[in-house]
Amino acid sequence: MKKIDLVIIGGGPAGMAAAVSAYNNGIKNILILEREDSLGGILQQCIHNGFGLHKFKEEFTGPEYAWKYEKQVLDLNIPYQLNTMVIDISADKAVTFTGEHGGSQTVQAKAVILAMGCRERSRGALNIAGTRPAGIFTAGTAQRFVNIMGYMPGKRIVILGSGDIGLIMARRMTLEGAKVEAVCELLPYSSGLTRNIVQCLNDFDIPLKLSHTVVKIHGKERVTGVTIAKVDQNRKPIAETEEYIACDTLLLSVGLIPENELAKSAGIELDLVTGGAVVNQNRETSQIGIFACGNVLHVHDLVDFVSEEAELAGIAAAKYISESVKREENRIIFHLSEGISYIVPHRINSDQNDVILYFRVANVFKNVIIIVRDNEKVLFKTRKQRVMPGEMERIRLTADMLRSIKGDTVYIELEHVN
Amino acid sequence: MNLTCIICPKGCLLTVETENGRVVSVTGNTCERGEKYAVSECVNPTRTLTTTARVAGGGMVSVKSDKPLMKGNLSEYMKIINKLSLLPPIHIGDIIIENINETGINIVATKNIKGVNYNA
Repeated sequence: MKKIDLVIIGGGPAGMAAAVSAYNNGIKNILILEREDSLGGILQQCIHNGFGLHKFKEEFTGPEYAWKYEKQVLDLNIPYQLNTMVIDISADKAVTFTGEHGGSQTVQAKAVILAMGCRERSRGALNIAGTRPAGIFTAGTAQRFVNIMGYMPGKRIVILGSGDIGLIMARRMTLEGAKVEAVCELLPYSSGLTRNIVQCLNDFDIPLKLSHTVVKIHGKERVTGVTIAKVDQNRKPIAETEEYIACDTLLLSVGLIPENELAKSAGIELDLVTGGAVVNQNRETSQIGIFACGNVLHVHDLVDFVSEEAELAGIAAAKYISESVKREENRIIFHLSEGISYIVPHRINSDQNDVILYFRVANVFKNVIIIVRDNEKVLFKTRKQRVMPGEMERIRLTADMLRSIKGDTVYIELEHVN
Repeated sequence: MNLTCIICPKGCLLTVETENGRVVSVTGNTCERGEKYAVSECVNPTRTLTTTARVAGGGMVSVKSDKPLMKGNLSEYMKIINKLSLLPPIHIGDIIIENINETGINIVATKNIKGVNYNA
């Protein structure tokens, strides 16, 4: 069996940044396996701008941001295979794939980085009543049609879900001449970035209907309209508020799911909230030598932090391959107070470097203090005017703080203030 | 007037006070760009346009305005861009339309498109 030091599954922003970082840390025998016909992943269809402000202090579109990393992969001659699908990863890191370079083959990796990204929730996950006409798309599929292939999916659009992709597509379809009748959001707040509500909806007078959902889809061959309704506190539609909107297209932007079938086949422990692997600060999963980063680990709102996370995984994989030291026992786990839905990393096993904690709150809260404490001792405290599920929070725990921790559990809490 | 800054994902809540159509104070911003945005939003709102242009032989190339354009005129610029049919190869940064509608602003490519290999 062919031996490869590091196999990276996925050539999107996470996979490319991990590859470059592993290469710069001494690992040259790398193979990136990519399902699509180009590197860059989902960024290739994200033609809007706003990428890179954190990482490069400059604003790029998705394809431009992807090119920053693709160019490094090409300049460093890091091997990659396109149009290649990974079928299986075993717990001992044998990776089986098939694609344009011939039939099924298996390579033995010393380390594997999972960077497969995520996929969209589709109509099947929503249980919307009605017929099954043409004209129902996930927002990302519509984005691919318009931005890569140059086809318009419809003329009169209703969008269900106010995640960032839904908001971006509302603007995109409007610019291309379609009429977006409404964006419906089940929750009382949008899960997208505020700036996207301003520049994608308000700029074009597109109504955002909070606490609303689509209860029925009409049309036989093609969508002819949808019935929407307001929902109560338990998210149940209120019959008296039903309203018919004529349209030929329904776009769904109702959440993203990390694509973790391969992680499951490798026996990796998953976090039920994120849908991604349980990892330590090196982004190493429960299987020694298998790492995960980017949207396959947890869905990010900004690619800048995908790159940041992928670099950590790349460095750690390089160290694992070259030093073959035994993995340290976990020193710290986290306890999350009510109002915090998840944290990544889940565990910390070293106090040598600073660790950045990524987490999300479960609801919109105003005037809160985020507290990180080791039993009674407060390690970190910050006050926030507003926190919301759509915007990931980041806290840096310095190596000094980590060394000072006596207990084995660190508490992350939200305190409400007036 | 209250605004949400759209310069970066932070989305600061800005309060702008105006007198006779002139901005007298901006608060709530956490950087200088926020103040600039607030003034521009009150006086002459602009947006960077990102869209696609057709590539001769199939597919699309993504493009953007290299500086923000007047918000009210975006559909006018879209019409011009949608008439194009561009010959590959195209490189990131290539000027697709120079000085669109005498604005001094260029439409540039944001993606690389390889040349067609007729021998393949």
